[in-house]
Amino acid sequence: MRGLVIPSVLLILWEAGSRLGVLPPDSTSRPSDIVRAFVQAMADGSLLRDTWLTFEAALLGLVIAGVLGILLGAILGLSPRTERTVGPSIEALRPIPAVALIPLALLVFGFGLRMEAAVVAFAALWPVLLMTVAAVRGVEPRLLELSRSLEFSFSQQLMKIVLPAAFGRIAVGLRLALAISLVVAVTVEIVLNPRGLGHSMIGAQQALRSDLMYAQLLWLGFVGWALNKVAQR
Amino acid sequence: MKRALPAIIFALILIALWQLAAELKLINPIFFPSPGRTFGELYMQIASGRLWQPLGATALRMLYGWLLACGLGIALGAAIGSSRAAREYLEPLLDFLRPLPASAIIPVAILFLGLSPAMSTLVIAFGSLWPVLLAAVHGFKSTEPQLVELCETLEMRRGEVLLKVALPGALPDILSGVRVSLAIALILAVVTEMQASLPGLGQNILLAQRSFRSPELYAGIVVLGIIGFLVNHGLLVAERRWLRWRAASV
Repeated sequence: MRGLVIPSVLLILWEAGSRLGVLPPDSTSRPSDIVRAFVQAMADGSLLRDTWLTFEAALLGLVIAGVLGILLGAILGLSPRTERTVGPSIEALRPIPAVALIPLALLVFGFGLRMEAAVVAFAALWPVLLMTVAAVRGVEPRLLELSRSLEFSFSQQLMKIVLPAAFGRIAVGLRLALAISLVVAVTVEIVLNPRGLGHSMIGAQQALRSDLMYAQLLWLGFVGWALNKVAQR
Repeated sequence: MKRALPAIIFALILIALWQLAAELKLINPIFFPSPGRTFGELYMQIASGRLWQPLGATALRMLYGWLLACGLGIALGAAIGSSRAAREYLEPLLDFLRPLPASAIIPVAILFLGLSPAMSTLVIAFGSLWPVLLAAVHGFKSTEPQLVELCETLEMRRGEVLLKVALPGALPDILSGVRVSLAIALILAVVTEMQASLPGLGQNILLAQRSFRSPELYAGIVVLGIIGFLVNHGLLVAERRWLRWRAASV
Protein backbone atom coordinates (compact mmCIF):
# COMPACT_ATOMS: atom_id res chain seq x y z
CA MET A 1 0.00 0.00 0.00
CA ARG A 2 2.80 2.42 0.86
CA GLY A 3 4.11 1.92 -2.64
CA LEU A 4 1.07 3.78 -3.97
CA VAL A 5 1.67 6.91 -1.89
CA ILE A 6 4.44 8.48 -3.98
CA PRO A 7 2.90 7.78 -7.41
CA SER A 8 -0.44 9.19 -6.18
CA VAL A 9 1.16 12.34 -4.80
CA LEU A 10 3.10 12.83 -8.04
CA LEU A 11 -0.07 12.41 -10.11
CA ILE A 12 -2.01 14.94 -8.00
CA LEU A 13 0.86 17.46 -8.17
CA TRP A 14 1.08 16.92 -11.93
CA GLU A 15 -2.65 17.47 -12.50
CA ALA A 16 -2.71 20.50 -10.19
CA GLY A 17 0.46 21.92 -11.72
CA SER A 18 -0.86 21.82 -15.24
CA ARG A 19 -4.28 23.19 -14.22
CA LEU A 20 -2.59 26.11 -12.47
CA GLY A 21 -0.36 26.66 -15.48
CA VAL A 22 2.91 25.97 -13.65
CA LEU A 23 3.90 23.14 -16.00
CA PRO A 24 4.39 23.76 -19.74
CA PRO A 25 1.17 22.49 -21.39
CA ASP A 26 2.84 21.30 -24.63
CA SER A 27 5.22 18.84 -23.06
CA THR A 28 3.32 17.82 -19.91
CA SER A 29 -0.30 17.10 -20.69
CA ARG A 30 -2.65 16.63 -17.74
CA PRO A 31 -3.12 13.15 -16.29
CA SER A 32 -6.86 13.49 -16.97
CA ASP A 33 -6.13 14.16 -20.68
CA ILE A 34 -3.78 11.19 -20.73
CA VAL A 35 -6.49 8.94 -19.33
CA ARG A 36 -8.90 10.24 -21.97
CA ALA A 37 -6.35 9.61 -24.74
CA PHE A 38 -5.76 6.13 -23.36
CA VAL A 39 -9.46 5.26 -23.30
CA GLN A 40 -9.86 6.59 -26.83
CA ALA A 41 -6.84 4.69 -28.20
CA MET A 42 -8.13 1.54 -26.52
CA ALA A 43 -11.66 2.04 -27.85
CA ASP A 44 -10.64 2.57 -31.49
CA GLY A 45 -8.28 -0.42 -31.29
CA SER A 46 -5.17 1.47 -32.42
CA LEU A 47 -3.32 0.85 -29.16
CA LEU A 48 -3.97 -2.89 -29.18
CA ARG A 49 -3.08 -3.14 -32.88
CA ASP A 50 0.23 -1.36 -32.31
CA THR A 51 0.92 -3.55 -29.29
CA TRP A 52 0.31 -6.63 -31.39
CA LEU A 53 2.65 -5.40 -34.15
CA THR A 54 5.41 -4.90 -31.59
CA PHE A 55 4.77 -8.29 -30.01
CA GLU A 56 4.67 -9.98 -33.40
CA ALA A 57 8.23 -8.84 -34.17
CA ALA A 58 9.44 -9.51 -30.61
CA LEU A 59 8.02 -13.03 -30.58
CA LEU A 60 9.24 -13.92 -34.07
CA GLY A 61 12.72 -12.75 -33.09
CA LEU A 62 12.48 -14.66 -29.82
CA VAL A 63 11.47 -17.88 -31.58
CA ILE A 64 14.38 -17.59 -34.03
CA ALA A 65 16.77 -16.85 -31.18
CA GLY A 66 15.31 -19.70 -29.11
CA VAL A 67 15.64 -22.36 -31.82
CA LEU A 68 19.08 -21.19 -32.93
CA GLY A 69 20.35 -20.67 -29.39
CA ILE A 70 19.21 -24.04 -28.09
CA LEU A 71 20.50 -25.93 -31.13
CA LEU A 72 23.88 -24.19 -31.21
CA GLY A 73 24.11 -24.32 -27.43
CA ALA A 74 23.43 -28.05 -27.38
CA ILE A 75 26.08 -28.72 -30.03
CA LEU A 76 28.68 -26.55 -28.32
CA GLY A 77 27.78 -27.89 -24.89
CA LEU A 78 27.96 -31.54 -25.90
CA SER A 79 31.24 -31.35 -27.77
CA PRO A 80 34.09 -29.51 -26.06
CA ARG A 81 36.22 -29.89 -29.17
CA THR A 82 33.68 -28.13 -31.40
CA GLU A 83 33.32 -25.51 -28.69
CA ARG A 84 37.05 -24.80 -28.71
CA THR A 85 37.10 -24.52 -32.50
CA VAL A 86 33.86 -22.68 -33.26
CA GLY A 87 33.24 -20.92 -29.93
CA PRO A 88 35.67 -18.01 -30.33
CA SER A 89 34.28 -17.11 -33.76
CA ILE A 90 30.77 -16.92 -32.31
CA GLU A 91 32.02 -15.14 -29.21
CA ALA A 92 33.56 -12.46 -31.43
CA LEU A 93 30.08 -11.37 -32.50
CA ARG A 94 28.71 -11.04 -28.98
CA PRO A 95 30.06 -7.57 -28.05
CA ILE A 96 28.40 -5.98 -31.11
CA PRO A 97 25.53 -3.84 -29.81
CA ALA A 98 22.36 -5.20 -31.46
CA VAL A 99 21.27 -1.70 -32.44
CA ALA A 100 24.38 -1.37 -34.61
CA LEU A 101 22.80 -4.01 -36.83
CA ILE A 102 19.67 -1.93 -37.46
CA PRO A 103 21.09 -0.27 -40.61
CA LEU A 104 22.35 -3.63 -41.90
CA ALA A 105 19.00 -5.32 -41.28
CA LEU A 106 17.32 -2.44 -43.08
CA LEU A 107 19.66 -2.85 -46.04
CA VAL A 108 18.94 -6.59 -46.25
CA PHE A 109 15.21 -6.74 -45.49
CA GLY A 110 13.86 -3.22 -45.99
CA PHE A 111 11.32 -1.78 -43.54
CA GLY A 112 8.90 -4.13 -41.85
CA LEU A 113 8.52 -7.19 -39.70
CA ARG A 114 11.53 -9.13 -40.93
CA MET A 115 14.21 -6.53 -40.26
CA GLU A 116 12.84 -5.92 -36.76
CA ALA A 117 12.69 -9.62 -35.96
CA ALA A 118 16.25 -10.07 -37.24
CA VAL A 119 17.65 -7.45 -34.86
CA VAL A 120 15.58 -8.88 -31.99
CA ALA A 121 16.86 -12.38 -32.79
CA PHE A 122 20.50 -11.25 -32.64
CA ALA A 123 20.01 -9.56 -29.28
CA ALA A 124 17.97 -12.39 -27.76
CA LEU A 125 20.29 -15.13 -29.01
CA TRP A 126 23.03 -14.60 -26.42
CA PRO A 127 21.20 -15.35 -23.17
CA VAL A 128 19.65 -18.47 -24.70
CA LEU A 129 22.96 -19.66 -26.16
CA LEU A 130 25.01 -19.07 -23.01
CA MET A 131 22.45 -20.63 -20.69
CA THR A 132 22.03 -23.64 -22.98
CA VAL A 133 25.78 -24.29 -23.17
CA ALA A 134 26.01 -24.08 -19.38
CA ALA A 135 22.91 -26.23 -18.88
CA VAL A 136 24.01 -28.95 -21.32
CA ARG A 137 27.44 -29.12 -19.69
CA GLY A 138 25.71 -29.67 -16.38
CA VAL A 139 23.79 -32.73 -17.62
CA GLU A 140 24.69 -35.87 -15.71
CA PRO A 141 27.52 -37.50 -17.76
CA ARG A 142 26.23 -41.00 -17.07
CA LEU A 143 23.00 -40.14 -18.89
CA LEU A 144 25.06 -39.22 -21.95
CA GLU A 145 27.08 -42.43 -21.70
CA LEU A 146 23.83 -44.34 -21.52
CA SER A 147 22.51 -42.65 -24.64
CA ARG A 148 25.75 -43.48 -26.44
CA SER A 149 25.58 -47.13 -25.49
CA LEU A 150 21.97 -47.16 -26.73
CA GLU A 151 23.37 -45.79 -30.02
CA PHE A 152 21.02 -42.82 -30.07
CA SER A 153 21.38 -40.46 -33.01
CA PHE A 154 22.26 -36.84 -32.23
CA SER A 155 18.65 -35.68 -32.54
CA GLN A 156 17.41 -38.54 -30.35
CA GLN A 157 20.07 -37.74 -27.76
CA LEU A 158 19.01 -34.10 -27.90
CA MET A 159 15.27 -34.61 -27.65
CA LYS A 160 15.19 -37.55 -25.22
CA ILE A 161 18.06 -36.86 -22.84
CA VAL A 162 19.76 -33.49 -23.08
CA LEU A 163 16.91 -31.03 -23.46
CA PRO A 164 14.64 -32.55 -20.78
CA ALA A 165 17.56 -32.64 -18.34
CA ALA A 166 18.72 -29.12 -19.13
CA PHE A 167 15.28 -27.54 -19.50
CA GLY A 168 15.19 -25.65 -16.20
CA ARG A 169 18.25 -23.54 -16.92
CA ILE A 170 17.40 -23.08 -20.59
CA ALA A 171 14.06 -21.63 -19.43
CA VAL A 172 15.97 -19.02 -17.43
CA GLY A 173 17.80 -18.00 -20.60
CA LEU A 174 14.53 -17.82 -22.53
CA ARG A 175 13.00 -15.62 -19.84
CA LEU A 176 15.90 -13.17 -20.08
CA ALA A 177 15.57 -13.27 -23.86
CA LEU A 178 11.84 -12.47 -23.64
CA ALA A 179 12.49 -9.26 -21.70
CA ILE A 180 15.26 -8.27 -24.13
CA SER A 181 13.13 -8.98 -27.20
CA LEU A 182 10.40 -6.51 -26.21
CA VAL A 183 12.95 -3.80 -25.42
CA VAL A 184 14.80 -4.28 -28.70
CA ALA A 185 11.60 -4.40 -30.77
CA VAL A 186 10.45 -1.06 -29.35
CA THR A 187 13.92 0.40 -29.87
CA VAL A 188 14.02 -0.59 -33.55
CA GLU A 189 10.58 0.99 -34.01
CA ILE A 190 11.64 4.19 -32.32
CA VAL A 191 14.81 4.48 -34.38
CA LEU A 192 13.32 3.88 -37.80
CA ASN A 193 10.91 0.99 -38.38
CA PRO A 194 7.46 2.44 -39.19
CA ARG A 195 5.28 -0.01 -37.24
CA GLY A 196 4.22 -0.84 -33.71
CA LEU A 197 4.12 0.99 -30.39
CA GLY A 198 7.54 2.61 -30.69
CA HIS A 199 6.69 4.20 -34.03
CA SER A 200 3.29 5.37 -32.74
CA MET A 201 4.98 7.10 -29.80
CA ILE A 202 7.34 8.98 -32.08
CA GLY A 203 4.35 9.83 -34.30
CA ALA A 204 2.34 11.15 -31.34
CA GLN A 205 5.31 13.21 -30.20
CA GLN A 206 5.78 14.73 -33.67
CA ALA A 207 2.05 15.47 -33.95
CA LEU A 208 2.27 17.25 -30.57
CA ARG A 209 -0.20 14.77 -29.09
CA SER A 210 1.74 14.47 -25.86
CA ASP A 211 -1.38 13.13 -24.07
CA LEU A 212 -1.45 10.16 -26.44
CA MET A 213 2.33 9.75 -26.18
CA TYR A 214 2.22 9.51 -22.38
CA ALA A 215 -0.73 7.11 -22.58
CA GLN A 216 1.31 4.86 -24.89
CA LEU A 217 4.37 5.15 -22.65
CA LEU A 218 2.42 4.15 -19.52
CA TRP A 219 0.77 1.31 -21.41
CA LEU A 220 4.16 0.09 -22.57
CA GLY A 221 5.41 0.26 -18.98
CA PHE A 222 2.41 -1.76 -17.85
CA VAL A 223 2.86 -4.37 -20.60
CA GLY A 224 6.56 -4.76 -19.78
CA TRP A 225 5.81 -5.06 -16.09
CA ALA A 226 3.02 -7.60 -16.65
CA LEU A 227 5.22 -9.64 -18.99
CA ASN A 228 7.96 -9.75 -16.35
CA LYS A 229 5.49 -10.89 -13.71
CA VAL A 230 4.09 -13.63 -15.94
CA ALA A 231 7.55 -14.82 -16.96
CA GLN A 232 8.62 -15.09 -13.33
CA ARG A 233 5.91 -17.65 -12.61
CA MET B 1 48.72 -21.56 -28.16
CA LYS B 2 48.40 -25.04 -29.51
CA ARG B 3 44.89 -25.27 -28.06
CA ALA B 4 43.93 -22.02 -29.76
CA LEU B 5 45.13 -23.19 -33.16
CA PRO B 6 41.89 -24.91 -34.32
CA ALA B 7 39.89 -21.81 -33.35
CA ILE B 8 42.20 -19.54 -35.33
CA ILE B 9 42.11 -21.83 -38.36
CA PHE B 10 38.32 -22.01 -38.18
CA ALA B 11 38.03 -18.22 -38.02
CA LEU B 12 40.39 -17.85 -40.99
CA ILE B 13 38.36 -20.38 -42.97
CA LEU B 14 35.20 -18.41 -42.21
CA ILE B 15 36.79 -15.19 -43.41
CA ALA B 16 38.07 -16.96 -46.54
CA LEU B 17 34.58 -18.31 -47.25
CA TRP B 18 33.16 -14.81 -46.71
CA GLN B 19 35.71 -13.40 -49.17
CA LEU B 20 34.93 -16.14 -51.69
CA ALA B 21 31.14 -15.72 -51.39
CA ALA B 22 31.52 -11.98 -51.89
CA GLU B 23 33.90 -12.32 -54.87
CA LEU B 24 31.58 -14.79 -56.59
CA LYS B 25 28.65 -12.48 -55.75
CA LEU B 26 26.72 -15.41 -54.25
CA ILE B 27 24.99 -12.89 -52.00
CA ASN B 28 23.90 -9.45 -53.13
CA PRO B 29 27.06 -7.27 -52.94
CA ILE B 30 24.95 -4.25 -51.97
CA PHE B 31 24.70 -5.59 -48.44
CA PHE B 32 27.50 -8.16 -48.46
CA PRO B 33 30.91 -6.59 -49.07
CA SER B 34 34.01 -8.76 -48.93
CA PRO B 35 36.15 -8.76 -45.77
CA GLY B 36 38.93 -7.28 -47.90
CA ARG B 37 36.85 -4.23 -48.73
CA THR B 38 35.51 -3.99 -45.16
CA PHE B 39 38.89 -4.06 -43.47
CA GLY B 40 40.38 -1.95 -46.26
CA GLU B 41 37.79 0.71 -45.48
CA LEU B 42 38.56 0.42 -41.77
CA TYR B 43 42.29 0.78 -42.48
CA MET B 44 41.63 3.85 -44.65
CA GLN B 45 39.57 5.43 -41.88
CA ILE B 46 42.33 4.86 -39.35
CA ALA B 47 45.12 5.96 -41.69
CA SER B 48 43.34 9.16 -42.73
CA GLY B 49 42.20 9.87 -39.16
CA ARG B 50 38.54 10.04 -40.20
CA LEU B 51 37.65 7.44 -37.58
CA TRP B 52 38.60 9.36 -34.46
CA GLN B 53 36.09 12.19 -34.47
CA PRO B 54 32.89 10.06 -34.58
CA LEU B 55 34.51 7.49 -32.31
CA GLY B 56 35.32 10.16 -29.74
CA ALA B 57 31.86 11.68 -30.01
CA THR B 58 30.15 8.36 -29.35
CA ALA B 59 32.52 7.43 -26.54
CA LEU B 60 32.06 10.78 -24.79
CA ARG B 61 28.28 10.62 -25.16
CA MET B 62 28.33 7.17 -23.63
CA LEU B 63 30.62 8.22 -20.77
CA TYR B 64 28.67 11.36 -19.81
CA GLY B 65 25.37 9.51 -19.55
CA TRP B 66 26.99 6.61 -17.77
CA LEU B 67 28.80 8.75 -15.19
CA LEU B 68 25.56 10.58 -14.46
CA ALA B 69 23.77 7.26 -14.04
CA CYS B 70 26.53 5.92 -11.75
CA GLY B 71 26.51 8.98 -9.49
CA LEU B 72 22.75 9.08 -9.27
CA GLY B 73 22.38 5.32 -8.98
CA ILE B 74 24.86 4.92 -6.14
CA ALA B 75 23.50 7.92 -4.20
CA LEU B 76 19.87 6.86 -4.62
CA GLY B 77 20.79 3.24 -3.99
CA ALA B 78 22.48 4.17 -0.73
CA ALA B 79 19.43 6.19 0.37
CA ILE B 80 16.95 3.48 -0.55
CA GLY B 81 19.03 0.47 0.43
CA SER B 82 19.91 1.69 3.90
CA SER B 83 16.39 2.71 4.90
CA ARG B 84 13.51 0.32 5.25
CA ALA B 85 10.93 3.10 5.03
CA ALA B 86 12.35 4.42 1.75
CA ARG B 87 12.24 0.90 0.35
CA GLU B 88 8.59 0.44 1.25
CA TYR B 89 7.62 3.71 -0.40
CA LEU B 90 9.81 3.51 -3.49
CA GLU B 91 10.35 -0.11 -4.46
CA PRO B 92 6.97 -0.65 -6.20
CA LEU B 93 7.54 2.47 -8.31
CA LEU B 94 11.04 1.30 -9.25
CA ASP B 95 9.60 -2.12 -10.07
CA PHE B 96 7.27 -0.50 -12.57
CA LEU B 97 9.89 1.76 -14.16
CA ARG B 98 12.61 -0.85 -14.47
CA PRO B 99 11.22 -3.03 -17.29
CA LEU B 100 10.32 0.08 -19.32
CA PRO B 101 12.46 0.04 -22.48
CA ALA B 102 14.92 2.90 -22.06
CA SER B 103 14.45 3.90 -25.67
CA ALA B 104 10.74 4.45 -24.95
CA ILE B 105 11.55 7.66 -23.12
CA ILE B 106 13.24 9.07 -26.25
CA PRO B 107 9.96 10.68 -27.43
CA VAL B 108 9.47 12.24 -23.99
CA ALA B 109 13.07 13.46 -23.89
CA ILE B 110 12.71 14.96 -27.38
CA LEU B 111 9.56 16.76 -26.26
CA PHE B 112 11.44 18.46 -23.43
CA LEU B 113 14.91 18.92 -24.87
CA GLY B 114 14.54 18.67 -28.65
CA LEU B 115 17.02 16.75 -30.82
CA SER B 116 19.97 17.88 -28.70
CA PRO B 117 23.01 16.31 -27.04
CA ALA B 118 21.28 16.97 -23.70
CA MET B 119 18.40 14.77 -24.84
CA SER B 120 20.86 12.00 -25.67
CA THR B 121 22.63 12.29 -22.31
CA LEU B 122 19.32 12.20 -20.46
CA VAL B 123 18.17 9.07 -22.28
CA ILE B 124 21.51 7.32 -21.73
CA ALA B 125 21.51 8.26 -18.05
CA PHE B 126 17.93 7.07 -17.56
CA GLY B 127 18.52 3.78 -19.35
CA SER B 128 21.78 2.92 -17.66
CA LEU B 129 20.58 4.03 -14.23
CA TRP B 130 18.64 0.86 -13.43
CA PRO B 131 21.42 -1.75 -13.21
CA VAL B 132 23.51 0.51 -10.93
CA LEU B 133 20.53 1.53 -8.83
CA LEU B 134 19.22 -2.00 -8.30
CA ALA B 135 22.68 -3.36 -7.58
CA ALA B 136 23.38 -0.52 -5.13
CA VAL B 137 20.04 -1.02 -3.34
CA HIS B 138 20.86 -4.69 -2.99
CA GLY B 139 24.41 -4.00 -1.87
CA PHE B 140 23.47 -1.44 0.77
CA LYS B 141 20.53 -3.52 1.94
CA SER B 142 22.78 -6.45 2.74
CA THR B 143 25.19 -4.55 4.99
CA GLU B 144 26.15 -6.78 7.91
CA PRO B 145 23.79 -5.78 10.79
CA GLN B 146 26.52 -6.41 13.36
CA LEU B 147 28.76 -3.90 11.63
CA VAL B 148 25.97 -1.33 11.78
CA GLU B 149 25.52 -2.01 15.51
CA LEU B 150 29.24 -1.61 16.02
CA CYS B 151 29.13 1.77 14.28
CA GLU B 152 26.26 2.81 16.52
CA THR B 153 28.23 2.01 19.65
CA LEU B 154 31.16 3.95 18.17
CA GLU B 155 28.69 6.84 17.70
CA MET B 156 29.61 7.28 14.06
CA ARG B 157 27.45 9.64 12.03
CA ARG B 158 25.11 8.15 9.43
CA GLY B 159 27.03 9.58 6.51
CA GLU B 160 30.24 8.19 7.91
CA VAL B 161 28.71 4.74 8.33
CA LEU B 162 27.52 4.78 4.72
CA LEU B 163 30.88 5.87 3.36
CA LYS B 164 33.21 3.77 5.51
CA VAL B 165 31.25 0.60 6.15
CA ALA B 166 28.27 0.18 3.86
CA LEU B 167 29.89 1.40 0.63
CA PRO B 168 32.89 -0.95 0.67
CA GLY B 169 30.52 -3.81 1.47
CA ALA B 170 28.23 -2.86 -1.40
CA LEU B 171 31.09 -2.33 -3.86
CA PRO B 172 31.09 -5.79 -5.48
CA ASP B 173 27.37 -5.46 -6.27
CA ILE B 174 27.78 -1.90 -7.48
CA LEU B 175 30.69 -2.72 -9.77
CA SER B 176 28.81 -5.50 -11.53
CA GLY B 177 25.84 -3.16 -11.97
CA VAL B 178 28.14 -0.46 -13.31
CA ARG B 179 29.47 -2.86 -15.94
CA VAL B 180 26.01 -3.74 -17.23
CA SER B 181 25.22 -0.01 -17.25
CA LEU B 182 28.12 0.84 -19.51
CA ALA B 183 27.00 -1.72 -22.08
CA ILE B 184 23.53 -0.18 -22.05
CA ALA B 185 25.03 3.31 -22.32
CA LEU B 186 26.85 2.31 -25.51
CA ILE B 187 23.63 0.92 -27.01
CA LEU B 188 21.68 4.07 -26.16
CA ALA B 189 24.44 6.34 -27.46
CA VAL B 190 24.13 4.59 -30.83
CA VAL B 191 20.32 4.67 -30.69
CA THR B 192 20.06 8.38 -29.90
CA GLU B 193 22.61 9.23 -32.59
CA MET B 194 20.52 7.38 -35.16
CA GLN B 195 17.22 8.79 -33.94
CA ALA B 196 18.29 12.42 -33.47
CA SER B 197 21.03 12.69 -36.14
CA LEU B 198 23.74 13.52 -33.62
CA PRO B 199 27.32 13.12 -34.89
CA GLY B 200 28.96 9.80 -34.02
CA LEU B 201 29.36 6.19 -35.09
CA GLY B 202 25.62 5.50 -34.88
CA GLN B 203 24.78 8.27 -37.31
CA ASN B 204 27.68 7.25 -39.57
CA ILE B 205 26.50 3.69 -40.07
CA LEU B 206 22.96 4.90 -40.76
CA LEU B 207 24.27 7.36 -43.37
CA ALA B 208 26.43 4.61 -44.88
CA GLN B 209 23.31 2.45 -45.21
CA ARG B 210 21.29 5.26 -46.83
CA SER B 211 23.94 5.73 -49.52
CA PHE B 212 24.55 1.96 -49.88
CA ARG B 213 28.21 2.20 -48.82
CA SER B 214 28.23 -1.25 -47.33
CA PRO B 215 32.00 -1.54 -46.58
CA GLU B 216 31.68 1.59 -44.44
CA LEU B 217 28.62 0.16 -42.72
CA TYR B 218 30.43 -3.09 -41.92
CA ALA B 219 33.52 -1.21 -40.76
CA GLY B 220 31.30 0.81 -38.39
CA ILE B 221 29.76 -2.36 -36.97
CA VAL B 222 33.24 -3.83 -36.43
CA VAL B 223 34.36 -0.69 -34.58
CA LEU B 224 31.25 -0.73 -32.37
CA GLY B 225 31.89 -4.39 -31.62
CA ILE B 226 35.46 -3.60 -30.60
CA ILE B 227 34.25 -0.78 -28.33
CA GLY B 228 31.69 -3.15 -26.80
CA PHE B 229 34.42 -5.69 -26.13
CA LEU B 230 36.89 -3.18 -24.65
CA VAL B 231 34.25 -1.60 -22.45
CA ASN B 232 33.18 -4.91 -20.95
CA HIS B 233 36.67 -6.30 -20.48
CA GLY B 234 38.11 -3.03 -19.22
CA LEU B 235 35.61 -2.99 -16.39
CA LEU B 236 36.07 -6.69 -15.68
CA VAL B 237 39.80 -6.09 -15.20
CA ALA B 238 39.11 -3.05 -13.02
CA GLU B 239 36.63 -5.06 -10.99
CA ARG B 240 39.17 -7.79 -10.32
CA ARG B 241 41.81 -5.26 -9.31
CA TRP B 242 39.60 -3.22 -6.99
CA LEU B 243 38.09 -6.22 -5.32
CA ARG B 244 41.37 -7.98 -4.64
CA TRP B 245 41.23 -6.93 -0.97
CA ARG B 246 37.96 -8.75 -0.70
CA ALA B 247 39.18 -12.01 -2.18
CA ALA B 248 42.04 -11.95 0.32
CA SER B 249 39.81 -11.35 3.32
CA VAL B 250 37.20 -13.98 2.53
